[in-house]
Amino acid sequence: MPSNATSNPPEYSDTVVRAFALVAVLWGIVGMLVGVVIAAELAWPEISLGIPWLSYGRLRPLHTNAVIFAFGGCALFATSYHVVQRTCQTRLFMPGLAMFSFIGWQLVIVAAAISLPLGFTQGKEYAELEWPIDLLIAVVWVAYAVVFFGTLGTRKIRHIYVANWFFGAFIIAVALLHIVNSAAIPVSLTKSYSAYAGVQDAMVQWWYGHNAVGFFLTAGFLGMMYYYIPKQAGRPVYSYRLSIVHFWALIFTYMWAGPHHLHYTALPDWVQSVGMIFSLVLLAPSWGGMINGIMTLSGAWHKLRDDPILKFLIVSLSFYGMSTFEGPMMSIKTVNALSHYTDWTVGHVHSGALGWVGMISIGSLYHLIPRMYGRDKMYSMKAVELHFWIATIGIVLYIAAMWIAGVMQGLMWRALNPDGTLVYSFVESVKATYPFYVIRLGGGVLYLGGMLIMAWNVVMTVKGAKAATVRIPMVLAAHA
Amino acid sequence: MDILYLLIPLSTVLVLLILGLFGWALHHGQFDDVEREGLRILDEQGLEVDVNQTQRQGRPEQSPHSKSGQS
Repeated sequence: MPSNATSNPPEYSDTVVRAFALVAVLWGIVGMLVGVVIAAELAWPEISLGIPWLSYGRLRPLHTNAVIFAFGGCALFATSYHVVQRTCQTRLFMPGLAMFSFIGWQLVIVAAAISLPLGFTQGKEYAELEWPIDLLIAVVWVAYAVVFFGTLGTRKIRHIYVANWFFGAFIIAVALLHIVNSAAIPVSLTKSYSAYAGVQDAMVQWWYGHNAVGFFLTAGFLGMMYYYIPKQAGRPVYSYRLSIVHFWALIFTYMWAGPHHLHYTALPDWVQSVGMIFSLVLLAPSWGGMINGIMTLSGAWHKLRDDPILKFLIVSLSFYGMSTFEGPMMSIKTVNALSHYTDWTVGHVHSGALGWVGMISIGSLYHLIPRMYGRDKMYSMKAVELHFWIATIGIVLYIAAMWIAGVMQGLMWRALNPDGTLVYSFVESVKATYPFYVIRLGGGVLYLGGMLIMAWNVVMTVKGAKAATVRIPMVLAAHA
Repeated sequence: MDILYLLIPLSTVLVLLILGLFGWALHHGQFDDVEREGLRILDEQGLEVDVNQTQRQGRPEQSPHSKSGQS
């Protein structure tokens, strides 16, 4: 490890952190707005006015890509570039390449926003983008990995803080998943066929799909959790030892859980069972991490009363706990027989997405943005508090509506008359779901409203402020 | 299910890789005196850091920053 503390300019390279943090808020609003539109389309399909590029089938992948990769992705880029510098006490390795990762990622997002409504898709969930965009993603991701691991390699602190392990695992795993799952034979610039066929393709797809949840939407955001919760609370993580166990246990088990997305399909039965067992095992590390994060406030619970940013961060962990309990339960084959293909799955995903991923990102950005502009806090903490409550009520409405709708659909679909015929036609279950679609839309509108408040607050915080330059603290004894 | 001939070796190689990394971390002092590492990030100034914190000289220089919080 290089030890010469004078070889680097003495300031952190935060320009790219600022850029990613601000666009994360913008893409959050865009992605959630599209979500609100498609939620409305489910309740009132005619509002797409028959325009093909406003149809549900095209906007739905736009929504998922925008919230996961644009909002979540930019938040991850911003926080990982911030955390790795602060915990290694060194500036980014190749800041120019980091800026390239910013521009490249925005290009990917814009290309997605154009190509998906036009109907160009590979038809793989969370991997819809066509092959030229996939190539660009791969290039950007390699740049990201070079910057991140280069920074780790030039660190001034011997110990690698636990958050960096999570960020690092996320970067490596996503690279691997993306490359394997996106393998395709192009037939034109806008059309390609998967390199795999049939159930093989399905298995690769859900090996990718579930690990995208595990590494993109969990490991990355756990990196945020392990840095920003201790920072915001002013206390060290409850048990650093447990955080290390959490990391290794989680990455050992996550890779194998994918088959639970393919219960009762052409996938061999034993593969389904292996997927289910690993999904159940995942409960342990997930809850260990959740308890570790929440207990960081042990002895300082009063901070939760006064600090809306901590509320975001801690409540996000309760949603993490909820959805990592719900997930293993839903992976059990008998439960899955009821829940699969219903809106319960949608509710489960959103308790993770809105509750865990959304709230931990929002809390981290509220911590990060003012500091990047030399302010101690956001322009209005009252607005942060309001955002917290609006978002929480929105999530509760959303997931409660989807739970009820999902269980109802599952029960209606399986109900049989004594002579073996179905009691309900499919459309009867759709009709019964209508009120819950409207409630879900209400929840989504509230969550989006919270993001708009955040955007206003961010603009007011940043307006007239200068980008803060932060000196890198010197490291005393210089050898390793 | 030919795809398993790709995915299972791939995942196994990955697990071996993870094991290797874990071994590296273990033998290169990443887990020595771990609770102290949780405190370090709270130190805004980051002053008085000794690079070889893993050599376990107790925790003398740390006191001004560690506040009262303990793990």
